[in-house]
Amino acid sequence: MIRAENVSKYFGAKRALGPVSFEIEEGETVGFLGLNGAGKTTALRIFACDLRPSAGTVVVGNIDAVQKPHEVRKLVGFLPENPPLYGDMLVREYLQFAGRVRGMSAPALKKRMPEVLDLTDLTEVQNDMIFTLSHGFRQRVGVAQAIVHEPKLLILDEPTRGLDPVQIVEMRNLVRNLKKKHTVLISSHILTEISETCDRLLMLGDGEILASGTEESLLSKVEPNAGSWRISIAVVPKAEDDREAALKKLLTGLSGVSEVKDSGREDDALAFEVLAERDIRAELCRALVEGGHGVVRIGGSARNLENIFLKLVHGGERARN
Amino acid sequence: MRATSIIFRRELGAYLRSPVGYVIAALLLLVCGILFQAKALGEGKLLSATVLQRFFEFSSGTTVVMAIALSIRLIAEERQTHTLILLNTSPVRDAEIIAGKFLAAFVFLSGIVLLSLYMPLLILVNGKITASQVAVGYIGLFLIGSASLAIGIFASSLARHQLVAAALGASLAGIMYLLYELAKKMPAPLSTVLQDLGLWQAHFQTSFMQGVFSLKDLVYYLSVTYFFLLLAAKTMEAKRWQ
Repeated sequence: MIRAENVSKYFGAKRALGPVSFEIEEGETVGFLGLNGAGKTTALRIFACDLRPSAGTVVVGNIDAVQKPHEVRKLVGFLPENPPLYGDMLVREYLQFAGRVRGMSAPALKKRMPEVLDLTDLTEVQNDMIFTLSHGFRQRVGVAQAIVHEPKLLILDEPTRGLDPVQIVEMRNLVRNLKKKHTVLISSHILTEISETCDRLLMLGDGEILASGTEESLLSKVEPNAGSWRISIAVVPKAEDDREAALKKLLTGLSGVSEVKDSGREDDALAFEVLAERDIRAELCRALVEGGHGVVRIGGSARNLENIFLKLVHGGERARN
Repeated sequence: MRATSIIFRRELGAYLRSPVGYVIAALLLLVCGILFQAKALGEGKLLSATVLQRFFEFSSGTTVVMAIALSIRLIAEERQTHTLILLNTSPVRDAEIIAGKFLAAFVFLSGIVLLSLYMPLLILVNGKITASQVAVGYIGLFLIGSASLAIGIFASSLARHQLVAAALGASLAGIMYLLYELAKKMPAPLSTVLQDLGLWQAHFQTSFMQGVFSLKDLVYYLSVTYFFLLLAAKTMEAKRWQ
């Protein structure tokens, strides 16, 4: 769907992107991950034909974006960081305008409108003025304008920016629905966002691709020997002389544990961080209780994306394609 | 053409929905009314043709000011509010965007200018002027308004903020007006060229304002309109796909 070869973008003398090369297949959902200023938005604006690359080739749907930007624009739906909304228009009226300006005929638009309103859950507010909508609804209208003309490629730049937790979950579900029909590019600096919605990741830093691949493949490149779960636990040990050493020995001896680190004390409890190959919270809890210890807190998370991200962004090894 | 029509309808709707358009229209009519009373009716006994000339004299000034005020928002506001990206990422040519926006502003401006028609009609009913004198004067107002709108749109295409666009547009229109005065200090043939480039004196004062329809002046205003709209489209093109 997208082929980028040695693409770079300069604003004056300042390099914003590249040179970068990569390909994105039709039907894929790819997450652009990186800190602010990493080049995510620049890359997405180039694919949306809003920016012309300073050098390199960009092909979208077998069409050269530099030679035929209008042809590419017909294939693309773009939600920029700030949704391009006319506050003085009704939601329905605005979506009709967005569809028409992207080349849809009036009958096709009439047929498409209920689908779009339904998909983005905007049916209720379709006759409201845009300036009266909440931020969450505005973001939805932004997505609706990007999909109204049924583009092959959908580009969403920070779609969950400024949304509250409930709206984030709703937006995530919306993106999952959109994956079924479109090739989707999403940019974000929120790790879970990308992790939960994308098939593949492109990590950008300082305008370059730091890593590309699935979450699992990146983890194996960055931390081939490390566990993928970080379990945090606080234990009140049974009375013994060397309680800490005994607990550590017990934890280290459990199947799947790769490392146990001290995390200090929490009142009467000793805290540890256990790195494990998988989620072993249940086994860990059972072993401690059977050993006569009291578990006062246990929590855990898959540490994959966070680890990859931090390692790469902070100048760790670069795992290129 | 299709995209122009879509953008035209959206922009005209924006003018009709926004209170700014009505405020500008109300101010124009108020100022015109006051000037009509003070400059045309309130200066003793005058020939009705002279009263009509004075009406078109100040109306041309208010039309230029209103045209600049209406046009500055057209692109600069879209840049400021980040809505221009919708048009920039759509398969629409820059010339179509400019044409749609210009036509909407022109229709709105013409509507407001026509609201002042009751003043020349009063002169027509009570004095000795012809309807064609009034019609020619209004054609002149539409033409000078069209040229001023194009100047304003060009200024708007250059700026990121509406205030900067306003300052640029007013400066450009002011320079175009002052060219005639500047021409008086210049030797021939430069003086002739500058006189002919002036926005008002050589093309409105001596023809449309007197009730004289001049093809030369019609061509001048259409050329100025086209020239600045072309500049605006080229500026958009340069900024859009950088």
